[in-house]
Amino acid sequence: MTVAGPRTPTLLEVEEVGLAGDPGGGPPTSTGRILGKLARDKAALLCLVFLLIVVLMAVFAPLITKLSGWGPDEFDSGAINSDLGGVPHGSLGGISGEHWFGVEPQNGRDLFARIVYGARVSITIALSATVLTGILGVVFGLLAGFYRGWVDQAISRVMDFLMAFPALIFMIAILSSLPAGNRPVLLVVVISAFGWPYLARVIRGQTMTLANREFVEAARASGAKNVALVFREILPNLRGSIIVMTTLSVPGYIGTEAGLSFLGVGVTPPTASWGQMISSSVSWYSVDPMFFAIPGTFLFLTVLSLTVLGDKIRSVIDAGEAT
Amino acid sequence: MTDELFVVEDLTVTLPTSRGPVDVVKDVSFTVGRDDTLGIVGESGSGKSMTALAVLGLLPPGARTSGSVRLDGRELLGQSEGELRSVRGNAISMVFQDPLSSLNPYYTVGLQIEEGYRAHRGGSKRAARQVAIEAMERVRIPDAARRVDDYPHQFSGGQRQRIMIAMALCCSPSLLIADEPTTALDVTVQAQILELLAELQTQTGTGLIFITHDLAVISSIARRVLVMCAGDPVEYGTAEQVFSDPRHEYTRTLLDAVPRIDDEVML
Ligand SMILES: Nc1ncnc2c1ncn2[C@@H]1O[C@H](COP(=O)(O)OP(=O)(O)OP(=O)(O)O)[C@@H](O)[C@H]1O
Ligand SMILES: [Mg+2]
Repeated sequence: MTVAGPRTPTLLEVEEVGLAGDPGGGPPTSTGRILGKLARDKAALLCLVFLLIVVLMAVFAPLITKLSGWGPDEFDSGAINSDLGGVPHGSLGGISGEHWFGVEPQNGRDLFARIVYGARVSITIALSATVLTGILGVVFGLLAGFYRGWVDQAISRVMDFLMAFPALIFMIAILSSLPAGNRPVLLVVVISAFGWPYLARVIRGQTMTLANREFVEAARASGAKNVALVFREILPNLRGSIIVMTTLSVPGYIGTEAGLSFLGVGVTPPTASWGQMISSSVSWYSVDPMFFAIPGTFLFLTVLSLTVLGDKIRSVIDAGEAT
Repeated sequence: MTDELFVVEDLTVTLPTSRGPVDVVKDVSFTVGRDDTLGIVGESGSGKSMTALAVLGLLPPGARTSGSVRLDGRELLGQSEGELRSVRGNAISMVFQDPLSSLNPYYTVGLQIEEGYRAHRGGSKRAARQVAIEAMERVRIPDAARRVDDYPHQFSGGQRQRIMIAMALCCSPSLLIADEPTTALDVTVQAQILELLAELQTQTGTGLIFITHDLAVISSIARRVLVMCAGDPVEYGTAEQVFSDPRHEYTRTLLDAVPRIDDEVML
């Protein structure tokens, strides 16, 4: 895997993955085997459990906040001290039986509810972006690698352009100039538009290797159509790379979403988002550090778990393909 | 002439290169009958594979061809891609040099044989599976009924080449092109594969084009021989003619390079 010349890293940058050098070198590593290996790895299991909790939080957000008693947009003026400029009552940012993670300074919104709803936003955006970049990356990578010639030229130039482009600056500019509209959808589109070349580049290279393998020629010689060659012969052999690349890109997209929301161009208030919470906590960090610590911890642990899990999956697949 | 199964006349293949178009096959003519074997010999780069690929319309992009290639009187050269697809793997099959990479590592061998069969013959999955098992038995894979569900890496090189042959023969083609099918295998396995090919040929009456640069192999399997040198057909005739009385200097050089052949011809 060659790394292109020096360029400025962006929030979007997906880690350059050292995949098994020879795609399609062995039999497929079954999904069951991947899961089995992960279940026997303590660190992976821990990450899996944490991510499961976050996902469940996101899915059942309305139910959970009903149980905890406070919605994400309900103001609890009783929980803050208006004489002190809105600092929450009690120590640790107002953590109590009433407000499990404390409250937001100044307006007293329940932090637990906002974390739960924020998980929804982060995960929906990150997963949608992953699916979209996955589709774009695989399709364009396959096209460029299989057809070569002018198709490859055209796709590769677009990829070079997108990867060399200062994506973050462009995203900030475009998101702040566009009318609010449907922000989450817009975020997904913008993140994916800049994210797919990183996957496509890997897929393109591996497709080129695979297209020259004799089994593709043999399939062609037995009467297979190009479509069948691409989707039946080549694509399945890319499964490992696609799984690894996409898993490792999810934490990047969560970070990007949080970053853009932190900068004020992500999801618009009052929709809760972890990045936005961190952003508004900055001016309070000396009087109410918990307001920063809680969303910060969730963001950190989510990104960490996804990265560790992605790495583990990669090593299982690599080991599987090497045998 | 017309009763011949497969007729190639003045086949010329021109490939685009950075130094302009190059004729990699020049005016090649030969015929293959039913149950007949033609051997094509020549050193590396002499255009043997290009001749085979031209027949199936599998040349690299930009290649041009002229001449005539007829199977059962039907012209193949210049046919549409769709037309050629229905011929490939059906009326004409091909076996490639490297059995280790000719099978897709992602699928079981049974599935790959079934797919090839159903692409041309259709039918149910179950029927195709039966065909696959029978094809594997025919090429003498032991315990075929169980081994259809194994992946390519679970077979030896020789077995994989047998499976490739099984796949090539499952649609009962009238012509089989084997492009150096034994080069990647060791000598004893080579002999078994050759024996198998000869045996299957007598059973099915398939015409066979056998490409190799090993003259010993040719002398044991082919009835007629085409010798190629840098794209030119330098010698064409029956095996006895070519080996006992080579008319061309190049053939003599090839023969001299293989001392074993002389012993055999002496007999
Ligand atoms: N894609 C291509 N573009 C241009 N020239 C090519 C291409 N592929 C092969 N050639 C040339 O065509 C000529 C014939 O090649 P061919 O593959 O038919 O040789 P061969 O007789 O099969 O050799 P071998 O015994 O090594 O398989 C060679 O000189 C080769 O350099
Ligand atoms: Mg060749």
